[in-house]
Amino acid sequence: MITVESLSKSYGSFVAVDDVSFTARPGRVTGFLGPNGAGKSTTMRVMVGLTAPGTGEVRLLGRRFADLPDPGREVGVLLDASAQHAGRTGREILTIAALTMGLPRARVDEMLERVSLTPDEASRRVRNYSLGMRQRLGIGTALLGNPEVLILDEPANGLDPAGIRWMRDLLRDFADQGGTVLLSSHLLHEIEVVADDLVVIGNGRIVAQGTKEELLAGAGTLVRAADGAALATALGAAGITARPTSGGAVLAEADLTRVGQTAFAAGIAVTELRAADGAGLEEMFLALTAESQRETVNHTSTTEGAAA
Amino acid sequence: MTATTVDAVPDVATTATRTRPAPAPTPFRRVLRVELRKMFDTRSGFWLMASIVILSVIATGATIIFGDRDTLSFEDFAAAIGSPMSIVLPIIGVLAVTSEWSQRTALTTFTLVPHRSRVLGAKLVNTLAIGAVSMFVALGVGALGNLLTAVISGSDTQWDISLGAFSQIVLANELGMLLGFALGLLFRSSPAAIVGYFVMNLVLPGLSGALGAAQEWWADNSGWFDPNESRFLLFDGGLGGQEWAQLAVTSALWIALPLLIGTRLVLRSEVK
Repeated sequence: MITVESLSKSYGSFVAVDDVSFTARPGRVTGFLGPNGAGKSTTMRVMVGLTAPGTGEVRLLGRRFADLPDPGREVGVLLDASAQHAGRTGREILTIAALTMGLPRARVDEMLERVSLTPDEASRRVRNYSLGMRQRLGIGTALLGNPEVLILDEPANGLDPAGIRWMRDLLRDFADQGGTVLLSSHLLHEIEVVADDLVVIGNGRIVAQGTKEELLAGAGTLVRAADGAALATALGAAGITARPTSGGAVLAEADLTRVGQTAFAAGIAVTELRAADGAGLEEMFLALTAESQRETVNHTSTTEGAAA
Repeated sequence: MTATTVDAVPDVATTATRTRPAPAPTPFRRVLRVELRKMFDTRSGFWLMASIVILSVIATGATIIFGDRDTLSFEDFAAAIGSPMSIVLPIIGVLAVTSEWSQRTALTTFTLVPHRSRVLGAKLVNTLAIGAVSMFVALGVGALGNLLTAVISGSDTQWDISLGAFSQIVLANELGMLLGFALGLLFRSSPAAIVGYFVMNLVLPGLSGALGAAQEWWADNSGWFDPNESRFLLFDGGLGGQEWAQLAVTSALWIALPLLIGTRLVLRSEVK
């Protein structure tokens, strides 16, 4: 269980995280989505006490991270797989973590096997590791203390397709056994496949959250024209909430008939018109983040919509 | 915009907090042990520690070979070993801190032990312990050299270092390590902290000397400000009441103060 309450963090006048609140529940994988620089990593660093929050707070299993008596045994963390001493062997890195948590040495071998690092690989120094191997080692460190909560920042980075499948199954198992998983990624497909709940963040603010089914069902109609912005304005003028995404595509919250008729009435030739649930998370992601990136554009379209 | 307002997530568990009992808190001796291990478990760390023994042996060997074996005493060996120690030990102090940042291991260290002061405390204890042990090792190697000289030259061995003098040498080296540690905290970068240490040790005495030549007041009172004067005196053993007071003042100014500021910075800084 992770509870984030009204978390904000600014650097000078730059607001990195802006009033973020969400909950990651036990038994579920929560996907934390957002484009680069959206505030995902900052939020995660605040969660584990590496960055002090501006305002708001984060609780893990009901406590602040710093108040956890032996954090590694309750919350497994992987923020950056490359942040390891290049001169240590993989086995040594796990051994250090095991010693810190007071775990028996046997746990290290058990974990090496679990993350599929061979004894030969484990005795190599981390400077010779591929990014995929570092990720496996990092996931091993996170799982070592048999925690109840996992916080993973972009863990699929650098993994090969088999590795991604492996990690997906691992996270699924972890959640099915009652664990809480918070996983950030920009690999939308990865999140779509494994996550139960989604939190989408753009420019430091949460732009959508809910179960995956609910979010995808709310996607409405996807309509495309040569001039997407004009189409969105036309739809907005007709009272339909519409968000331009990419390549002239617009996500409209109305059924196919109404969207088609509106476009026709506005004299805009539609090149594509279909239910957006097939568009999946990617369209939604682009739409939601496009809104926070081009806030002014969108505001005009919605205000015009309200005026009409 | 329906997508953003969904909050009717099914309430999976009312077990809002935890499902198992909380583990026992991490004891300090565990942190101490892990931090000690981390100082030895890389090639660079291992060879840095090994260099203490190696340099002691080289210094002792050079003293026997190049010194006047008939007049060599224990004090000569101590002096010969003392100079490489005064360089290596502060570097150990620096790296104990800065390696967490240069290799970005601080990310893992501080997520496993979120109270950073405990990690810093463990590092400080280990650094000072290594300093003390190193000095005893160096003394042992020097003593062997002294015995060997006596055997070669056939003269009597001269044990002319008192316990008091030895403790002063240890103190001088521990102060050097503390200075390195403080600079490490302050800069959190190995090159910057090491350069800082050598500027203080090699450049400042020259500056102070130049200033003293131009300014009579400074020549008379530099001992109260110059971090090196009274500390270097520790190696020779000749400290009067005023020199001890000067040592206390300069240590507060150049070691305790950076240590405090550096600790504060590390405790508050963002770890990326």
